Amino acid sequence: MTDFQQQALQLASQQQDSPVWLRPLRGEGAGQWQRAGWPGRRTELWKYTPLQALQRTDFQCWGRAQPQSAGSASLLPLDAIRLVFVNGVFDAQASTAAHPQVVHFSAASEPQRALIEKHLGRIVNTERHLFASLSNAWVQDGVLLHVPRNVILDKPVYIVHVSTPDAEPVIVNQRLLVVLEENAKAELIEHFVSDAQAQNSFVNSLTEVSIGANAELQHYRINLEQEQQIHIGGVHIDLQRDARYRGFTLAEGSQLKRLDFQINHRGAGAHAALNGVYLPRNNQLVDYHTNVEHWAPHCTTSEVFRGIISDSARAVFNGRILIHPHAQKTLAELSNRNLLTSDKAEVDTKPELEIYADDVKCAHGATVSQLDETAMYYLQSRGVSKTQARTMLSFGFINELLQELPRAEVRDYLHHHLAILFGTATDLS
Amino acid sequence: MLEIHNLNARVEGVDILRNLSLSIKPGEVHAIMGPNGAGKSTLGNVLSGRPGYEVTSGEVLFNGKNLLELEIEERAREGLFLAFQYPVEIPGVTNMEFLKASVDARRKHLGMPDLSSFDFMKLARETSKKVSLDPAFLKRGVNEGFSGGEKKRNEIMQMMLLEPSLCILDETDSGLDIDALQVVAAGVNSMRDGKRSFIVVTHYQRLLDYIVPDFVHVLAAGRIVKTGGKDLALELEAKGYAWLDDEGA
Repeated sequence: MTDFQQQALQLASQQQDSPVWLRPLRGEGAGQWQRAGWPGRRTELWKYTPLQALQRTDFQCWGRAQPQSAGSASLLPLDAIRLVFVNGVFDAQASTAAHPQVVHFSAASEPQRALIEKHLGRIVNTERHLFASLSNAWVQDGVLLHVPRNVILDKPVYIVHVSTPDAEPVIVNQRLLVVLEENAKAELIEHFVSDAQAQNSFVNSLTEVSIGANAELQHYRINLEQEQQIHIGGVHIDLQRDARYRGFTLAEGSQLKRLDFQINHRGAGAHAALNGVYLPRNNQLVDYHTNVEHWAPHCTTSEVFRGIISDSARAVFNGRILIHPHAQKTLAELSNRNLLTSDKAEVDTKPELEIYADDVKCAHGATVSQLDETAMYYLQSRGVSKTQARTMLSFGFINELLQELPRAEVRDYLHHHLAILFGTATDLS
Repeated sequence: MLEIHNLNARVEGVDILRNLSLSIKPGEVHAIMGPNGAGKSTLGNVLSGRPGYEVTSGEVLFNGKNLLELEIEERAREGLFLAFQYPVEIPGVTNMEFLKASVDARRKHLGMPDLSSFDFMKLARETSKKVSLDPAFLKRGVNEGFSGGEKKRNEIMQMMLLEPSLCILDETDSGLDIDALQVVAAGVNSMRDGKRSFIVVTHYQRLLDYIVPDFVHVLAAGRIVKTGGKDLALELEAKGYAWLDDEGA
């Protein structure tokens, strides 16, 4: 066990407010965390993403329960069921009134508790996801979004995680469980943000999603933290028969940022669409690992990730699609395109396709390129300066994915935020 | 307006233009015709400053300025416009953003105030109608999914918005049906004001029925081998280019 593992475990064991019924999961998580080998350069899942930033930091405590405010972080202007957490601590003032479908684990009703016990820590595969076992070892509270059978949630659920610097470096665990029963429908926005100051926390964030038969989830997961923030996050999704998942994820870089998406097609006819954008700059890193597994026939997957890597930044994209023997008539597509805007920028991209069924249609591809010279010339030939042409083209590269977002408030927010980032802010619409 | 003296240019190490000279006065329309590979498109590309087109010798004066010393965008801001033979698709950058950036740059250069977004959108919508482009195109990516004719009309629309002093049309008629050709020609003709000059590069005489030139030049092997009035185009249409070789031009 490394010092960091020991330290994290010790801190986890200090948390004793957890409901008794979560203790078995905690024990299981602690055991796995203790036994797990620490990832190094030879660990395939962590090959390009060193964890030194974690080991360097002397974490003193978990996010503390002290009254804090959302600070200067800007939130989406959205009519939503909103839950705001600051360094992992629920901020009731910044949140909307309690909603029966969105509850804290500690306040769960008996039937909701049964749901949590059934799904929590069971959708994620801890063998493959080391930091999920740390999350389990810690689990004390979290949020359950539960939409019963045939219910369509009338408002989106907007969960904001604000990071703000603490006196000592802290570890923050975020836990979310989404359970959509048959024919249910919901929209979820997870927004990770920090105030502008240098951050000193490590956010370990785990979201598990169970989408029942013919149910549908529209999901946004947006990581826009300050660059000192360490973030390791995972989204793990089980899709039952004819279930639909549509996801969009966007991440700016930080000194260490790793995001895993695991999608399991468990029932026939399920559909998953996941689009993503990563934008590391300076010396930042973003690592996306996606793993889509088709266990059942007639399911479809569409996945498009685009990255712009600038300055001396680095990105890792590993997109795996695995078609198990029974998953006949699968349709799956994965595309990853990268734009390097500097000679020092780097991307390690690896699309993987593993097929064990014989009647499927799959495609995957990855490209790495620089800005299109012909497009540059075209813009310049109309009087646009080289610098402006560059920013217009970079922004255009990801704007294609932004334009498709169904929720206008998210689209406009990101458009505005990124236009400033790229220096192309205009008010043309 | 434009003075080209003994221009020599090469692409990928191959000499394309050889001692080409041409003089264009304000308000004139010059047609440039010639067989494939004669260097017709190279001329427009060299004048606009396309990367990869290397001028080895010669001089080009544009309104008295040394054109070849200017950056691509400076040439455009000075009033040179090239309508592309193959307009570029730029997904993710909307036509509206693209046009606004272009017009802003040109106006700034001319010392004119920026148009407000509102005024610009109004102007853009009006202009799009003049070339029979649905204003909905303004919200789409630049040339993204446009048909060949729509792309060419978009070029003419940009020309109208930028109000250049010298317009080079590089085979703008290629691939157009007669209706689209008429729209394009009407757009060009509406911009003829006695001061603005045009270089119309074309493969087909047909265009010159609609845009009537003052001069027709035949470009062969990188230089102008014959110059005449608009009737020369009809002669070329009837006889092809081979007879020029026989004349020992």
